[in-house]
Amino acid sequence: MDKQTDTIIELHGITKVFEDGFKAVDDFNLEVKRGEFVTFLGPSGCGKTTTLRMIAGFDNPTEGDILLNGSSIIHLPPYKRPINTVFQRYALFPHMNIYENIAFGLRQKKTPGDVIDRKVRRVLDLVDLEGFEKRKIQTLSGGQQQRIAIARALVNEPEILLLDEPLGALDLKMRKEMQLELKNMHRRLGITFIYVTHDQEEALTMSDKIVVMNEGRTQQIGVPEDIYNEPKNAFVADFIGESNIFNGMMTGHLKARFCGGEFDCVDDYEEGTHITAVVRPEDVEITPPGQGTINGVVDSVIFKGMHYEITVLSGKNEMVIQTVHNARRGDRVGLRVDPENIHIMIAEDHTNLFFADVTPDFRLEYNGHRLDTSLTAIIPGSTRKQDGTLVDGSGDVLEPGRIRIQISLQPDDIEMTDDQEAGLVIGTISNLIYKGDHYSYIIHTELEQDFVVNDEFLWNMGDRVSLLMPVDKMKFILKRK
Amino acid sequence: MIVKILKRLFIILVLLFLYLPILILAVYSFTSSTQIGAIRGFSLKNYVTLVTTPELTGMIAGTISLAVAAALIATVLGTMGALGAFYSGRKMSSMITTLNQIPVINADVVTGFSICILLVVAFHISKDSYIPLLAGHVTLCAPFVFLSVMPRITQMDPSIYEAALDLGATPFRALIEVVIPQIVPGIISGFALAVTLSLDDYFIATYTKPATFDTISTYVVNATKGAQTTIKTALWALSTVIFVIVVLVVLISNIRALRSQGELRKEGRNV
Repeated sequence: MDKQTDTIIELHGITKVFEDGFKAVDDFNLEVKRGEFVTFLGPSGCGKTTTLRMIAGFDNPTEGDILLNGSSIIHLPPYKRPINTVFQRYALFPHMNIYENIAFGLRQKKTPGDVIDRKVRRVLDLVDLEGFEKRKIQTLSGGQQQRIAIARALVNEPEILLLDEPLGALDLKMRKEMQLELKNMHRRLGITFIYVTHDQEEALTMSDKIVVMNEGRTQQIGVPEDIYNEPKNAFVADFIGESNIFNGMMTGHLKARFCGGEFDCVDDYEEGTHITAVVRPEDVEITPPGQGTINGVVDSVIFKGMHYEITVLSGKNEMVIQTVHNARRGDRVGLRVDPENIHIMIAEDHTNLFFADVTPDFRLEYNGHRLDTSLTAIIPGSTRKQDGTLVDGSGDVLEPGRIRIQISLQPDDIEMTDDQEAGLVIGTISNLIYKGDHYSYIIHTELEQDFVVNDEFLWNMGDRVSLLMPVDKMKFILKRK
Repeated sequence: MIVKILKRLFIILVLLFLYLPILILAVYSFTSSTQIGAIRGFSLKNYVTLVTTPELTGMIAGTISLAVAAALIATVLGTMGALGAFYSGRKMSSMITTLNQIPVINADVVTGFSICILLVVAFHISKDSYIPLLAGHVTLCAPFVFLSVMPRITQMDPSIYEAALDLGATPFRALIEVVIPQIVPGIISGFALAVTLSLDDYFIATYTKPATFDTISTYVVNATKGAQTTIKTALWALSTVIFVIVVLVVLISNIRALRSQGELRKEGRNV
């Protein structure tokens, strides 16, 4: 029918640049339907909270427009927007009792006393805290304060409820309970919820629609199933759930080469296309050696309760597998993946992702070459103790065997050379595409990895080249096993 | 054992050093002596002189009115300054904080003298209008109010102001109903500090007061130079009264602080 009643809020080309020049949100577009549960999901600093604050009216976008029921609210101060917020740290008023906290919004609207009484009692009932009217804020537990914060927002009957990581300060059990309760409240009240979290599981459990954000940009918008099963790019695949991500290329019709093997797949792209392949750890099957698509050696086995997490090294490629069957370190195994469980994406940014080796004395190596950097520089807040152990920012000991360092390197930063000794690794040019002002090459290395390299000069297919990879251009990401 | 006794002795000596002078004064205020040295017997003469001499009562009332008026203005200005500094950008905020520290550290003589020059000499405002005196005391007190309010503001959860806006309060109502109640303890202690600073001040008052008006400080300095012994000994009584009031204020505020802590703990247990 008509769009006016269906869509409650629209964000068009929202960009936020802070005074110091930091671009927190970049060209954000979204339409939210009435009654929807939408979650902004992303790592800290991705711009999700800033976007929420712009909807609430605490920050003004540098560019773009926000429409509520079809009309712009960009010039409306927060106290005139029919939107209420549940703050991360609750932000309850410590000098008022619970009744006064909840009544605050109604009093601003000069609501008659008996109506306030009735409404306060109703929301207290809704959050299961009947009879708490006279209590002081300081005497409540974190979970109870959270409920009061929700009640205080809901009592105003907002058109949209914004929730900024509302469960972040609660313990795990409490969090699970509140997730269900919030979901129930949403169902019962029919109010539009916009929820911010960095917890992908929370987002998948609760949302009708997820907006995955990174570095101020929308990565993917979709229903939870699609976000999980059909991630649009490597970031989404990596952030939502655990995944194995490989660079590779299409080698034939429904055939893709990655992780040192040629896999059948169901995504049809043209031969020679640079791809990113995503395989979920639970979708990898361990077979006897020789009977899978690729072979490898079990590198580590970690018991996780519901399953084992097994890391298998195939050449230089690592595949993480979740399975209920045990394996032993050093076992030779085969690996196979059902074609429909391989998710192939056209590589959009061609970032090369690969793992460095962490030696027992905390040096980083790749292909036997020392990388001139230190783990303390890579892991924020980490320090080397006198006894040689490495601790992270929160004081936890990091063992060399329990951490992995992923390196990301842009195609423009890698250089090819004929001098076979000069680079970190040697490979053969297996594909080249002319891109106007440069050529994009795929180098298949002796370690069975594919690297994408941009070069303005023409090299030939099959050339053996050595890859110069400058350490200062590498980005390092800590992954825990 | 000996160490323990020595420790006790040391504390007793320090306390004696601090409180003996005022105790001696208090004792003598209840005698009819005109000089410290010989006690001639108990008498309330000094207290009677203190409350019956119009010159003395007028001077005390004037000093207190000045202190309260200056403290009120300084409290409003200091609180507004602290709120302004807190909600400004980082650069502006640190600039205001630094500028606020200069009058705190600056010598009172300089403040008093410069206010006298600015208002009286440059702007031709008569000292008899009390404006230079009031302005001087506000200048003296406001930075201290700023300093005692600021920690309260920084301790406050910054999002409660936004929460009030979010719930429909205009910025002014959010300030009055949510922010100010959070910082009231800081405002009260700032006000009390301002009152004591104004009562204590000598230099600013000498430069800016009307010739016919005296604060306790300026009066005491002049009186000790003069020969009127009845008034001099009445000032002993005044000192004693001031001291007793100070002790009472400190005791009451400490007891109240202890009580409210205990109450919170008790309620916490009921959860």
